[in-house]
Amino acid sequence: MKKILLMGNPNVGKSVVFSRLTGVNVIQSNYPGTTVGYTKGHIKIDENEMELIDVPGTYSLSPSCRAEEVAKEMFFEEKPELIINVMDATNLERNLYLTLQILEKDIPTVIVLNMWDAAKRKGVHVNLKKLQEILGVKIIPTVAVTGEGINELVNVINEIDLKPKDNISIIPKMDDDKKWTFIGQIISEVQKIEHRHPSLLERLEDASVKPLSGVIIALVVLFITLQVVIGFGELLINYILDPLYYQYYGPFITGVVENAIPAGFIHDILVGSGYEYETSFGLLTTGIYVIFVVVLPYILSFYLVLGFLEDFGYLPRLAVLLDSIMHKLGLHGYATIPIILGFGCNVPAMLSTRILEGKREKFITATLIAISVPCMAQTAVIIGLLGQYGIQYIMIVYGTLLILLVTIGFILNLLLKGESPEIFFEIPPYRIPHLETLLKKTWMRVRGFLLEAVPFVFLGILVVNILYIVGIMSALSNLLAPIMSQMLGLPNQAIDALIMGFLRKDLATAMLAPLNLSPNQLVVACIVLASSFPCIATFIVLIKEIGVKDMLKTVVLMLFIALITGTILNLILG
Amino acid sequence: MITLVNLGNGRNAIIRRIEGGPGLKNRLEVMNIREGKKVKKTCSGPLRGPVVIEIDGSKIAIGRGMANKVWVEEI
Repeated sequence: MKKILLMGNPNVGKSVVFSRLTGVNVIQSNYPGTTVGYTKGHIKIDENEMELIDVPGTYSLSPSCRAEEVAKEMFFEEKPELIINVMDATNLERNLYLTLQILEKDIPTVIVLNMWDAAKRKGVHVNLKKLQEILGVKIIPTVAVTGEGINELVNVINEIDLKPKDNISIIPKMDDDKKWTFIGQIISEVQKIEHRHPSLLERLEDASVKPLSGVIIALVVLFITLQVVIGFGELLINYILDPLYYQYYGPFITGVVENAIPAGFIHDILVGSGYEYETSFGLLTTGIYVIFVVVLPYILSFYLVLGFLEDFGYLPRLAVLLDSIMHKLGLHGYATIPIILGFGCNVPAMLSTRILEGKREKFITATLIAISVPCMAQTAVIIGLLGQYGIQYIMIVYGTLLILLVTIGFILNLLLKGESPEIFFEIPPYRIPHLETLLKKTWMRVRGFLLEAVPFVFLGILVVNILYIVGIMSALSNLLAPIMSQMLGLPNQAIDALIMGFLRKDLATAMLAPLNLSPNQLVVACIVLASSFPCIATFIVLIKEIGVKDMLKTVVLMLFIALITGTILNLILG
Repeated sequence: MITLVNLGNGRNAIIRRIEGGPGLKNRLEVMNIREGKKVKKTCSGPLRGPVVIEIDGSKIAIGRGMANKVWVEEI
């Protein structure tokens, strides 16, 4: 099958073009480094099927980070029949450097001049005809988010496929200095910039990186984020999902199972002691309740807000503001992005550590996320458990985790050899999020959560039931009882929850509910759960991303820290 | 000449010289931070944070160490 590579600078909208062409959805955001691996998809024009590869963004073919290396390797190894070079029309000059590097490799190329609307708004005029003449390849202006220009692109791809030779640029090879001189000439011939007064958004862009106004804006954003995530989550639970579960779903499913299956093992596994009890531990009762009523609403509201902030372009600015502090933890500002993603789910957060340059940084970031960043599933259950006793208990949990994050980062920075590299990235402009794209992205993430949560929660409930029946749980409880009671001040039964934490954090935290723990005991248990072991999905990704050896280091560190922190808290609160 | 770190907030300047090895020079260059380019400094981040500059309308955050190697002439 013929191969097409989609290449361009970071954050020019390659992934949006990719989705538009293939119908395959990929996560798109407004910051450099959203795509760190690559995605393959297919496009079919008439009867002609071709493979399209979305390559991570790069500024040049001489890479300076892992994502750029991937881009370079793919360029030289995939031997594409066609390259779609996506350019940002608002930043022609810088984009042209990579374009010249691509064109000199004599591969048929088509240029997509994306963000054509933004260029117009900014007063940037590009003479397309002239640019096309100079470069010797076809250029198509697009607004990928709305789909403008995509049909034309498809037609051109088809044309090029028929006559590839006509679409190879005739520009000779040049060294770097000559390239820049040539680019200078091109720009003076094809681009005119009208002076415009900075818009409100542009003024807000500057205000959000300046020290004083930046910190104020950050606090406002944090406040609104919390309000919306929690408010919207609670709204869904209290007014829609809880009533649905208790009035319709619960009675219905219990009735069905009761009629069909006689009391006994299978019956208990399916519905436990009935839907009325949140903690009956039936697959179809508690399992469904935890996933869909307790956790899903918060996942949905978190990803909506996160998606908005991502598409708006806020996160890189937070990275600038936090850069100095992050340096003390052996990281730089850009590590805030994986950390923030971790509050949604630790799995994509681990994957996104690839935007960081070094092994040391990846290790520190991954460890910090695994230990001290509770995913939304966990947060949801923590809110569910502790919310009734008052906000102060939730604050203790998060405050402790924050202290852990800072302390561990600080210590790792001292212990691990090497320095944190310096921050260096393009800050994207603020863009008003495109609603359809935002909803699609949220849906992809929510679906991802469901695909992962449903099997593991079910498996978890099955395992708990079986472990009880064969008596392993009580044996383990007895064995670990001294640790539980002496150090953590928890009853023996809480061990079940801690063990379950390896499978799914949300389920584990939910298992604490029937134990009638005091709020202080709940705080200790939540923190031990959050910081001890990553759930199995995170565990697997962690091995892939940092290797078995580093993974083991992280795990030892985690168990150690979880026990110490739990013990200290128990002493303070107890 | 002064470096980007010392350039005042909101000031315009022309990049005159970039210190450092070819690696650093190349990294800056592909982001269009080159000798002869006009830059505007937006600000420095809090607590001796990175320097934020604007070149051709796009904003770039540069760590202090790197910014200290970029010498500019204020205009």
